[in-house]
Amino acid sequence: METIISVLTDTFWSPYAAGIGIGILSWLSFFVSGKPIATSTTFARAGGMIENLITGKAEQRPYFKKIKLNIEWQWMLVVGVVLGSFLSAILSGDFQVGVWVPSLWASAFGDSASLRVVVALAGGIILGFGARFGDGCTSGHGISGTLQLAVSSWVSVIFFFIGGVLTAHIIYFVIA
Amino acid sequence: MKSRKQSSKTTQNAEKNKRSLLFGLGFGIVFGFLLHKGGATKYDIIVAQLLLTDFTVLKIMLSAIVTGMIGVYFMKSMGWIELSLKSGSVGKNVIGALIFGVGFAVLGYCPGTIAGAIGNGYLDAIVGGLAGIILGTWIFAVVYPKIKDGILKKGAFGDITLPRLLKVNDWVVVLPASALIVLFLFWIEKAGL
Repeated sequence: METIISVLTDTFWSPYAAGIGIGILSWLSFFVSGKPIATSTTFARAGGMIENLITGKAEQRPYFKKIKLNIEWQWMLVVGVVLGSFLSAILSGDFQVGVWVPSLWASAFGDSASLRVVVALAGGIILGFGARFGDGCTSGHGISGTLQLAVSSWVSVIFFFIGGVLTAHIIYFVIA
Repeated sequence: MKSRKQSSKTTQNAEKNKRSLLFGLGFGIVFGFLLHKGGATKYDIIVAQLLLTDFTVLKIMLSAIVTGMIGVYFMKSMGWIELSLKSGSVGKNVIGALIFGVGFAVLGYCPGTIAGAIGNGYLDAIVGGLAGIILGTWIFAVVYPKIKDGILKKGAFGDITLPRLLKVNDWVVVLPASALIVLFLFWIEKAGL
């Protein structure tokens, strides 16, 4: 019993344990729901739902017609990710209170919360746009597509990392 | 059982839909739990991967890919499941993916891990990142009619898999690919990364 509990309250597991767990989860997701794990379409649906609340006309956009603006399986999966991470963080005493600036960011750019939030907002806009432009994210292409050996997903994940590694080096070694 | 038989098709569909939502929620909870335990809900670990100083993210992804690939292709060869592939193009998977990569480094989270970062309590993820991602996907929806027949279809190659591209049996790719990934992970560990 003690060991089972300490496994749950450990802040970190070996990355391989987490990865193998996600791999097994992908079997279940295919077997039970017939779908691969993916997340980024949900953010587009959320945007369309917000536009619908304001103007009521989001469903006229061809993209929202295509992805359909309803709360479905993947939407609940994203909600589940928030809950699961919260659960693990609380169990291991790792839940962060009042943290606006990650320490790596602070080491290069200082501890201004507003600077970090503005940059995160800009990064999010680029990421969200790119995720739908590329038809998938680190989950949908990076894990679920690659494990199915989809050519589209292997090409995507390679270019995710080319773009990400270059940009991270520019941010930390050129701008900082 | 009897009452289910008598129930109308719409309530059956509603029941099916409710089950689907519950399974989605359950898979999400496990996914989020594992992302946090692996350390992938943290900016510092994600950006350290992009700076090539910490390989946690790649270790999680590659071990998930090997595990998932073997099981999914086993279930496929047993006829239990069908693959769910995204059709590709150079416009989408090169240009779109590069844009994604830039955003990945600037934000320091991706769409899945930001949900995990929110659960972990990081406020830059909640206030800045989440709003940004929703806005970015919305901007894409606005420009979609203008690009859907242009750049998104440029260099289209369909929803092929590597085994189909190479015209070989699935396992001729699955087994060597698994071996290569495992070797690469051993090499990363040996290099102390």
